[in-house]
Amino acid sequence: MDRYLLIISTVCFLAAVLRTGIALRAGLFRPGKFNFLAIGLGFVFQTVFLSIRGHALGRCPLTNLFEVFIFLAWSVALIYMLVGPAYRLSLMGAFTAPLVVLLQGFALIAPIDVRHPIKVPANSSLEFHASVSLIAYGAFALACIAGVMYLVQERQLKTHQLRSIFYHLPPLTDLFAAITRLLWVGFILYTVGIASGFFTGRPLPRLQVVAAIAVWLLYAAILQGRYFRRMAPKRVAALCIVGFSAALTLLWGITFSAQTHSVQ
Amino acid sequence: MNLFCVGLSHHTANVETRERFAGGAGAESTLREAGCAEALVLATCNRVEVYGASEKRVSTDEIAHCLMQTGEVSDPARSEGLPFYRYEAAKCVRHLFRVASGLDSMVVGETEILGQTKKAYLSARTSGAVGPCLHRLFQRAFRVAKQVRTHTEITRGSVSVGSVAVDLAQKIFGELGDCSVLVLGAGETSERTARALVSRGVSDLRVSNRSNDRGRELAQRVGGQAVQFDQWAQQCSEIDILITSTSSETPLLTPTNLEPMVANRIDRPLFIIDIAVPRDVDPAVNEMEGVYLYDIDALRSVAEQSLAVRRQQIASAEAIIAEHVADFLEKISRELSRASRITRHSPVADNSLRAS
Repeated sequence: MDRYLLIISTVCFLAAVLRTGIALRAGLFRPGKFNFLAIGLGFVFQTVFLSIRGHALGRCPLTNLFEVFIFLAWSVALIYMLVGPAYRLSLMGAFTAPLVVLLQGFALIAPIDVRHPIKVPANSSLEFHASVSLIAYGAFALACIAGVMYLVQERQLKTHQLRSIFYHLPPLTDLFAAITRLLWVGFILYTVGIASGFFTGRPLPRLQVVAAIAVWLLYAAILQGRYFRRMAPKRVAALCIVGFSAALTLLWGITFSAQTHSVQ
Repeated sequence: MNLFCVGLSHHTANVETRERFAGGAGAESTLREAGCAEALVLATCNRVEVYGASEKRVSTDEIAHCLMQTGEVSDPARSEGLPFYRYEAAKCVRHLFRVASGLDSMVVGETEILGQTKKAYLSARTSGAVGPCLHRLFQRAFRVAKQVRTHTEITRGSVSVGSVAVDLAQKIFGELGDCSVLVLGAGETSERTARALVSRGVSDLRVSNRSNDRGRELAQRVGGQAVQFDQWAQQCSEIDILITSTSSETPLLTPTNLEPMVANRIDRPLFIIDIAVPRDVDPAVNEMEGVYLYDIDALRSVAEQSLAVRRQQIASAEAIIAEHVADFLEKISRELSRASRITRHSPVADNSLRAS
């Protein structure tokens, strides 16, 4: 039953994707309220789904890969709803919605919603570690999206070929400011997430710890390059995409290889 | 009720003819004396048009004479052969909708005409020359113009070199208030571009020219500060926008000499507008990280792209207009026939309709 909520949520995000796609194809892209409303509605259904699932489990719904993907999609939408108003709201939504559709679509189609045969006891510190880390991933996802927007804008300015979307993208300097802030938000949350992982009262798999620290170091290097002005904005934007891909791979690895890590 | 439009525009008359009627804006009272129940004059630099509603037909010549009485031309004989056009009923409605939406403008999609139309409407309404017919027509025209702007890309981008440069600067820097601009060479186009940047908030403007006197003059005109020509290179590490239009035969800026100038500003973009012919900046500079170079051809190409997009949008805009024309004519005929029925029974009701 709760999966229907998720399907409706995915349809809402898909509506935003389709509308943007059609508008771009017709060369008529215009930011409007539709994308924000569609994403807002999708976010509401996601929240209701996670709430129902959480009540059923008696804990934060992060017990299998399916729930991790949904929680990640929810984090992306949450960060978008929080930071969107500061920038070009519906335009960032146009880039955010496809990512959420991919995450939720995959979670719905792939046979990864495996319920545990026994009820898993709640572990508040582990749940805190997992949920804070996933919200950090949401911020990194938005930084990645802002990075894509920056590269699209930069490319058009360099080649002098200005498409319809160019006129609706925020200025380069504003996008770069957004990337920087999202990176800091994600980095601080991720640091808290990693640090709290050491206080879960469970032994930590060495490979996962090393991989998590590697991702942390990558983002630290990006921020250091940005802070000391050693890295050009274009490179920072590109590294945001690389960083989020690495983080997503790590998340996949952690959850897939050791599903029980977040369960027990 | 006869709804009509009589006028001349850039399509039918040259500027000499149009300027003879430039003073016709206040002709509404004369037009009403000539038999127009309602009248509105729209006079801009590209058109002089009379929109009217009358019980009996008022000829084009009579309208032209009314315009002449208030304009510079006063000899009725001079009205003969003037390229006036006349649209009635549906064609008049369609014409106004096209005018208000910028489809009939010299630069397709320009938005200034909507403001001018609103101003003309307010002026005629204040003078009491606008009745229910023109009131509804113009209110609908404003709605149509808004819808065309919202649902098509008819107003997208800029179509002049100066405004393209300013738009691009805003796409790179956002607010221009904190940007520093260096104008290299005191050419006419660079002055126009500098003025456009100042109008969008630039306050730190520097001017450098081979002739210091001309540089100082330009700096004074645009509210900037003059910089000695042998010091312009040092300025490049501080500025955000460079407008260059010198008469140098060889490029002043190449990747080799620009590299050290921008080495310490890795996170700050540099926008170079090169409007000199031959070019002052080596095109290879555009390949440098964080440097955006637009020469005169690139700026023109962007302007042409915008214009091409606007032209592509004409069909969509025409479709919106056609829909509104049909709907408006149906509604107005229904409302006017109802109003005339009420008038036969109660004259008070007619006043309320006029006031609405």
